[in-house]
Amino acid sequence: MRAFWAAFLVLLRGDQSSDRVVPPSGFTFTLTAVSAGIMAFLAVFAMAFSMAAGRLADRWGNELARSSTIRISAPADQMAAQTSAVMRVLETTSGIAFARQLTAAEQQALLEPFFGPDVPVADLPVPQLIDVTEDSTGYDPIGLRQRLAAEAPGAILDDHTRWRRPLVRAASRLRNLGAFSFVLIGAALAAMVTLAATAALSANFQVIKVLRLVGARDVFIAGAFVRRFALRAVMGAAAGTILGMGVLALLPSTEGAGDFLTNLGFVGVQWLWPLFIPILAGGVGYIATRMAALRMLRRLN
Amino acid sequence: MIELENVAYSYGGGELLSDVSLKLAAGSFHFLTGPSGAGKTTLLKLCYGELVATAGNVKVFGKDTRNMMRDDIADMRQNIGVVHQDCQFLDHLSVTENVTLPLLVSPKAAVYNPDDLIALINWVGLGKRANATPPELSGGERQRAALARAVVTSPEIILADEPTGNIDWEMSQRLLSLLVELNKSGKTILVATHDLNLIRAAKSQVQARVLRIANRRLQLAGAEL
Repeated sequence: MRAFWAAFLVLLRGDQSSDRVVPPSGFTFTLTAVSAGIMAFLAVFAMAFSMAAGRLADRWGNELARSSTIRISAPADQMAAQTSAVMRVLETTSGIAFARQLTAAEQQALLEPFFGPDVPVADLPVPQLIDVTEDSTGYDPIGLRQRLAAEAPGAILDDHTRWRRPLVRAASRLRNLGAFSFVLIGAALAAMVTLAATAALSANFQVIKVLRLVGARDVFIAGAFVRRFALRAVMGAAAGTILGMGVLALLPSTEGAGDFLTNLGFVGVQWLWPLFIPILAGGVGYIATRMAALRMLRRLN
Repeated sequence: MIELENVAYSYGGGELLSDVSLKLAAGSFHFLTGPSGAGKTTLLKLCYGELVATAGNVKVFGKDTRNMMRDDIADMRQNIGVVHQDCQFLDHLSVTENVTLPLLVSPKAAVYNPDDLIALINWVGLGKRANATPPELSGGERQRAALARAVVTSPEIILADEPTGNIDWEMSQRLLSLLVELNKSGKTILVATHDLNLIRAAKSQVQARVLRIANRRLQLAGAEL
């Protein structure tokens, strides 16, 4: 590990004299920088996608898990009595932090997307909904259902388990998919840099020949190419990362859609994470070029 | 310094060198001659580890090149100066930078005096061309730059492969005098050349052995030289 950091410091510091042995221009260096830039741009989105999916999974997993709904379907003359009975049961049930009847206006707002704004909810046999929020200890759903059945036969407890679990599972898989995409992008960058490095080494055969003639070891020759490629990868990736972060910052917000959705982007300190992408790209470029260079030098003999 | 013992080298099914034995003592001056394609360059390449003998032993500084790892060969080359007929420079670097290439890879760089570099460039007569790039140099200037690069680390052995192949007689004489001067300072010199006039001219300046490759074998040259 210490050797890696020492090599990385040398990479950052550079060695002007030995770096000069590799001709400064060439399409392979441009190709590396552009590829790294594009890959970094995509990596920013993969990272943002993964983090957004992670936030959704957390939100659906934590917040919805603490929320339940009781639906009371009873004849109109029994509705008030059964609602009061349910509220009394909830007040005496441990693990419940808060319970509240939804008002007629709130219920109308829920139905509006389906029936329009002019529906007279009060005239319809709409069930009464009670929003239940549990505390950190949680309640016993089986026990609560039994008590509700005894006190208010028309009350049905829905703890959202049926649809929450697949949603959380889907969001978790999306997060993994984003992370996997990030890894694939890194692998594609490594392949691209390896190809470019191999092409550069072939194009600079004369440089290698002269350096070997004057007694340069393989690590010295490889190092001159490695530094050049790794620095190009870092610079290209930095440009791609900044561009990607800028585009994400300019994406329209989904705040109007409520807490259920989340922005595709980063939140708070998450904005620091993409800054590691250029460093990772430099590391990938360093390792890929070094392996390609040493492999090719061994083959040249 | 360099010792070849019953060395053979085959390539592509044919034998280029057979049963070659040679001993280069410290401070000696040898010419290696023979017709084109006789194997002079191959013999030189065997001496600095570019090629590995298919039979026999090649020992450089007492070590068998066949048992050397790649890094060992690189280290060995830091103590051997090589001048090629086609010179082999990095065209994007100046003469001075090309001359100092061996210093980049040599531990001697740390104790190298920059004034010595200027003196070396002047010694080969390229003081005014120090900032030129190799494509801007004439054939003779390239050969002298190659010689400067070969000796910049003050190696014990200097191998030159047709160093006067592409230059005129006057420039050949100048290059020869530089090689003779190096030999008089204690360097071991082996020059492969087919230029018999150069060899004759050298014999008046230095005590040199002349070897000839003929029919894949190495022998002492005849009285005509």
